[in-house]
Amino acid sequence: MKRIALLGMPNTGKSTFFNRMTGASSRTGNWPGVTVDLLGAKVLLGSSMVEIVDLPGIYDLHGFSEDEQVVRHFLENNSVDLVLIVLNTSQIERQLSLALQAKQLGLPALMLLNMADEAKKLGITVDPDKMSKMLEMPVVMLSAKYGTGYREVHELVGSRVASSQPVRLETIQEMLAEEGKIESAMDKVLKSTVQIPARLPDNLTTKLDRVMLHPWLGLPLFFLVMYLTFQAIFLFGKPLQDGVTWMLDAFRSAALEPLFSHFPVLLKGLLLDGIYNGLGTVATFVPIIILFFLFMAIIEDTGYLSRAAFLMDALMYRLGLDGRSFVMLLMGFGCNVPALMGTRVMRSRSLRFLTMLVIPFSLCSARLQVFIFITAAIFSRSAAPLVLFSLYLFSFATSLLTAVLFKRQFANTEPFILEVPPYRFPTLRQMLMRGWLEVRHFLIRASKFIVAGVVLVWLLTHLPTNVPPGSPQTLAGMIGSACSPLLDPIGIDQQLALALIFGFVAKEIVIGSLAVIYGTQGNDLMAMMASHLDWVQAYSFMLFTLVYTPCLSTVATLKSESKSNSFMWLSLGWSLLLAWVLSFVFYQGARALGY
Amino acid sequence: MSVVKLSTMGPGQSGVIAALHAEDELYHRLAEMGFRVGNRIEILRLGRFSGPLHLRIGTTDLMLRRSDAQKIDIAAA
Ligand SMILES: Nc1nc2c(ncn2[C@@H]2O[C@H](COP(=O)(O)OP(=O)(O)OP(=O)(O)O)[C@@H](O)[C@H]2O)c(=O)[nH]1
Repeated sequence: MKRIALLGMPNTGKSTFFNRMTGASSRTGNWPGVTVDLLGAKVLLGSSMVEIVDLPGIYDLHGFSEDEQVVRHFLENNSVDLVLIVLNTSQIERQLSLALQAKQLGLPALMLLNMADEAKKLGITVDPDKMSKMLEMPVVMLSAKYGTGYREVHELVGSRVASSQPVRLETIQEMLAEEGKIESAMDKVLKSTVQIPARLPDNLTTKLDRVMLHPWLGLPLFFLVMYLTFQAIFLFGKPLQDGVTWMLDAFRSAALEPLFSHFPVLLKGLLLDGIYNGLGTVATFVPIIILFFLFMAIIEDTGYLSRAAFLMDALMYRLGLDGRSFVMLLMGFGCNVPALMGTRVMRSRSLRFLTMLVIPFSLCSARLQVFIFITAAIFSRSAAPLVLFSLYLFSFATSLLTAVLFKRQFANTEPFILEVPPYRFPTLRQMLMRGWLEVRHFLIRASKFIVAGVVLVWLLTHLPTNVPPGSPQTLAGMIGSACSPLLDPIGIDQQLALALIFGFVAKEIVIGSLAVIYGTQGNDLMAMMASHLDWVQAYSFMLFTLVYTPCLSTVATLKSESKSNSFMWLSLGWSLLLAWVLSFVFYQGARALGY
Repeated sequence: MSVVKLSTMGPGQSGVIAALHAEDELYHRLAEMGFRVGNRIEILRLGRFSGPLHLRIGTTDLMLRRSDAQKIDIAAA
């Protein structure tokens, strides 16, 4: 099968083009370094199947960062029939170097001048035909986001790939020895094909930045944006969640109860109280999660994350981190796994490790579900948002504390240089795609971990069959009492202990297993929990859940990204220790104060 | 025409890069972003609490820490 590779600098729209070409929904975002892995998809082009590979964005084919090595490794170990070089036309004066490098390597290439819409607004003009002659490769203008020029590109790619011969490179670094030569060739091409106004016009980005990066207003505005985002998620999400809860309840009593009424008691219990209640309770959070990621996607796509990096770098520097680490913490609010992978853009191993050590404390959307659930059950309507907010503060505080404590072990001198992309707004199509991506991600997790988790919890709380379910004589009870020397001092009772153990796999299981453990769901479950737990216990449980460990996928990612077992254990051990100490201090402190 | 360190320049000022005294890694990173002797650079703003500089070089906007900016000489216009 023929193979096409997408090559380009970070944030030039490779993934956007890839999605358009393949119908895939790989993640895009207005931040350099969203794609950090190779992504492949097969499509029918003309009359034959072709494999298209989206490579991570790189500045240079002979750099030393991990993503540059990934790309080099790919080109040295796979033959390619065509390389599509994706450039941001507005930055052509700088990005053309990559095309010249590809040309020097003798790769069969086709150049896509992407973001033609933005270049036009900036008054930048390019003569693609002339450039094509000088570079000896086809050059086409394109707007991958809006689709302008896409049809021509599609046809051209099809005809090119049909006639081209595969090329495989041996030693890229040696082949690219003479940098000076590329610079002078670049100047020559630019001079005769590109016109850039001497002063860029004042556009929306400059105007917005005057406010968003204002010396005094910048930071308060940042917190306001975050606050409003969360408010909006709950404002829209809560009614949807209540709706789903109601539907699941109605479905159970109207359809499932009668349907299963003749089943053996144990099987009926497993199906309804175990799987249905467990999964159903988790499912009620799906609307909130979709909204959450939709808002995240919008923020990510606007380019505001780079501004956050700018605003926070001064503080991060003092903690041994940099502005990008902060952005990764923010991404971690969605899910820790992509945030950990996003650290690949950092070149210094120490900086990367220190950032990876703090990311797991970032209160991810899965943990958020647990906290929304418990705060709604235990705290009053007016107190619940404050409690949630305080958990975000703890999330930040534990990250910062960890950085301060470990910054000497992971000292680094990595320079901090980061592009500030223009503000962009996602199209409806991009937003829907992202929403769908998250739903799919959730469904995969649900079918893998969550079902297995709730089934196990149900079995543990119901076996052996000759004792009352949920009693100390069940397997769950035994596990609980084994943990009690550790968990009693932090106020976590034996029933919650089981939820914690399974929460290690995925936090969604915590909610699912609470439903199973208490043997009910919806409002009954909340009432049941409120009668079992006082607020000090509940808060201690949430603190512990926040800090003790993210989830199995995060731990696995920590290991694969660091390629170090000892680092993974360090992270795990430290989180567990910190979680216990924090909950202990809180619980005993609160009790000592008479609460 | 006087040569100053990039780190000492203020918002709104601009000049031409006169020399890069950066060691290997930083030099490489700067080159990727379009820092070359002779290129024009403009300071858009400075981050608070000795935060980074917000710069425009050619058509690229970027941020750079002051400690790194110290290693860049600018011929102020
Ligand atoms: N205005 C405009 N924006 C575009 C165009 N193509 C992509 N974008 C936006 O540019 C940003 C970056 O797009 P991505 O597709 O994530 O870029 P990438 O090259 O895959 O980025 P990395 O993953 O960092 O390598 C997103 O916000 C896109 O919506 C375009 O033609 N015009």
